[in-house]
Amino acid sequence: MGFLNAAHFQFLFNGLLWTVGLSLLAFAGGGLLGFAVALGSSYGPRWSRMAVSVYIKLIQGTPLLVLLPLAYFGLPSLGLNVAPLTAAALALSIYVSAYLGEIWRGCIESVPRTQAEAAECLALRWHQRVWNVILPQAVKIATPPTVGFMVQIVKNTSLASAIGFVELARAGQIINNSTFEPFVIFLIVAAMYFALCYPLSVLSRRLERSFHVAHR
Amino acid sequence: MNYTFDFSAPLAYWPDLLAGAWTTLTLSLASTFFGFLLGVFCALANTGNTRWLARLAGVYIEVVRNTPLLVQVFIVYFGLSSMGLQVGAFTAATVALVVNVGAYTSEIVRAGIESIPKSQLEAAECTGLSRWQMLRHVVLPPAIERVFPAVSSQYVLLMLASSICSQISAEELTAVANRIQSDTFRSVETYLIVAVAYLAMSLVMRGVLWAVAMIAFPRRRRLGTPL
Amino acid sequence: MSPIVEIENISKCFGTTRVLEGVSFTVKKGSVVAIIGQSGSGKSTALRCIDRLETVDQGRIRVCGHEVTAPGLDLHQLRRDVGIVFQSYNLFPHLTVQENIMLAPRLVQKMAKTAARERALAVLNQVGLAEKADCYPSQLSGGQQQRVAIARSLAMQPQLMLFDEVTSALDPQLTGEVLRVMEKLAADGMTMILVTHEMAFARKVANEVIFMHKGRVWEHGPASILDAPATTELRDFVGNGL
Repeated sequence: MGFLNAAHFQFLFNGLLWTVGLSLLAFAGGGLLGFAVALGSSYGPRWSRMAVSVYIKLIQGTPLLVLLPLAYFGLPSLGLNVAPLTAAALALSIYVSAYLGEIWRGCIESVPRTQAEAAECLALRWHQRVWNVILPQAVKIATPPTVGFMVQIVKNTSLASAIGFVELARAGQIINNSTFEPFVIFLIVAAMYFALCYPLSVLSRRLERSFHVAHR
Repeated sequence: MNYTFDFSAPLAYWPDLLAGAWTTLTLSLASTFFGFLLGVFCALANTGNTRWLARLAGVYIEVVRNTPLLVQVFIVYFGLSSMGLQVGAFTAATVALVVNVGAYTSEIVRAGIESIPKSQLEAAECTGLSRWQMLRHVVLPPAIERVFPAVSSQYVLLMLASSICSQISAEELTAVANRIQSDTFRSVETYLIVAVAYLAMSLVMRGVLWAVAMIAFPRRRRLGTPL
Repeated sequence: MSPIVEIENISKCFGTTRVLEGVSFTVKKGSVVAIIGQSGSGKSTALRCIDRLETVDQGRIRVCGHEVTAPGLDLHQLRRDVGIVFQSYNLFPHLTVQENIMLAPRLVQKMAKTAARERALAVLNQVGLAEKADCYPSQLSGGQQQRVAIARSLAMQPQLMLFDEVTSALDPQLTGEVLRVMEKLAADGMTMILVTHEMAFARKVANEVIFMHKGRVWEHGPASILDAPATTELRDFVGNGL
């Protein structure tokens, strides 16, 4: 591995930081939108439920490698010139919102109906019921699968390389173009992704186990 | 917004698009078949009595599930050629997809195997069946039937993920789209067309898998109820 | 004085099944009414209609001055005047006992936190569970959880309390503690309507008993009808019960 010097590792590490940054952006944007999706599906009128269902099916049925260029080329066609980071963050946010929205909707709906009934009979208004009774319980149920999905987000940021955003995978490609030792380089890149994702996977499994124990 | 949509330019490339879609489908179905075999093998290894094999399978699954498919594709493609094996992009893509989907399939099938009640195994043992016979006749068929919906979803996702193979120049649908949009400069239209094509192919995949289920699971075909 | 609850000729179908048919009765302030009957006789449905948890197809319900069956009903206000306790307690698992009780007074009656806490402790005292104020529902027994559920409804100071088979999910030894709380409530003058299987309790505490059968009010009278049933159905029911 003598062909790799400190500068290379610094470059890879920068890519890793951008991976983390893009993941957090995607989680924040996708989370906000996903929350609206979940609420619109659980509590909205019939048309919003159908709209959400169509939205989720469309987004989940499109490869991310098609969503990314659609954002990257599509936004300029609307007159907005965007950097790859913005396009990637937008495309990933929409992608994440479809999955998180569906996960969270399931969690909201798995809070027993009797809880809503009891809160209703205490004269709590709709927003008071949702905020004080339903959501706290839904959040507990949602935590393990949400942490598990964060692993998917981190892995999917690697595709932002296709529209030129320099995150970890692209950093590996760039170094490969000058050193031509792809096998070793991408093994290192894989190890760095593993270091990010494996702790999240373990955490998610641990949360799920403790959740099931608590609910027996 | 002063962008006028022109779908005719990319649509003129319809033979290429069709060829790309066909490549995607064959790539996906080949990977599905071999990935399924690998997945079942790993699930059996994981639930079996040979500890080193179970541990090996466990490591394989964790590594695959915690690294991006894109990086796995690069490693397979460049790794195979650096070992002296000259493989085409299609073969390399298939190998990478098989390795990837095998891990996810394995976890799903393992859940199915573990959902078979111990009492069934006891009953089978008491009739004198060997361990392999038990697996083949008592454990695997109901396990796979039970998790088939999850497995099907996994393979539709695989088809969508095959788009990643465009990055190693496998001539599947996304690669064709990239080529067309750089020729015509009609990026948005091209990718919208391709998005619709993927949605259509998802339906085709689901249809194929449903037909497979009807053939492979006679109980479901005759009774129509889930296991 | 006008009755607190007036039910006039209500009917309800669930799909093709007729659950309630021409049910009518009134409840005066301060009385304790027990509704008894077999499963499927419509008693829980009738109770739930009073608090608008179910709607009726025909008929009229007036509760605490509200027209429950009218389309312009202020549901929110109705729920402030009527308290209901469920068979499965339905306590909020993520809140402590105290927080469970304080929630509605704080949010609906806009009470300050300290005032709400005082009221919570007061009702907890009433049901005999003041020392459990900081526990979570999962740390309490079934009987204790049910008593907390009663306290939670009481904290809103309702005019009427409904009890939907509140002891049916409890072991026999835990039933007693809940019934004692209910007896005390009745003695303190709360208007109560209870759907129950506890015949002895109904005999002892209820002023009126309504026996429902096949969705209809089959017999209606003072608690003494349990000892002297007028109809064969009630005779069979009471005979089988004890």
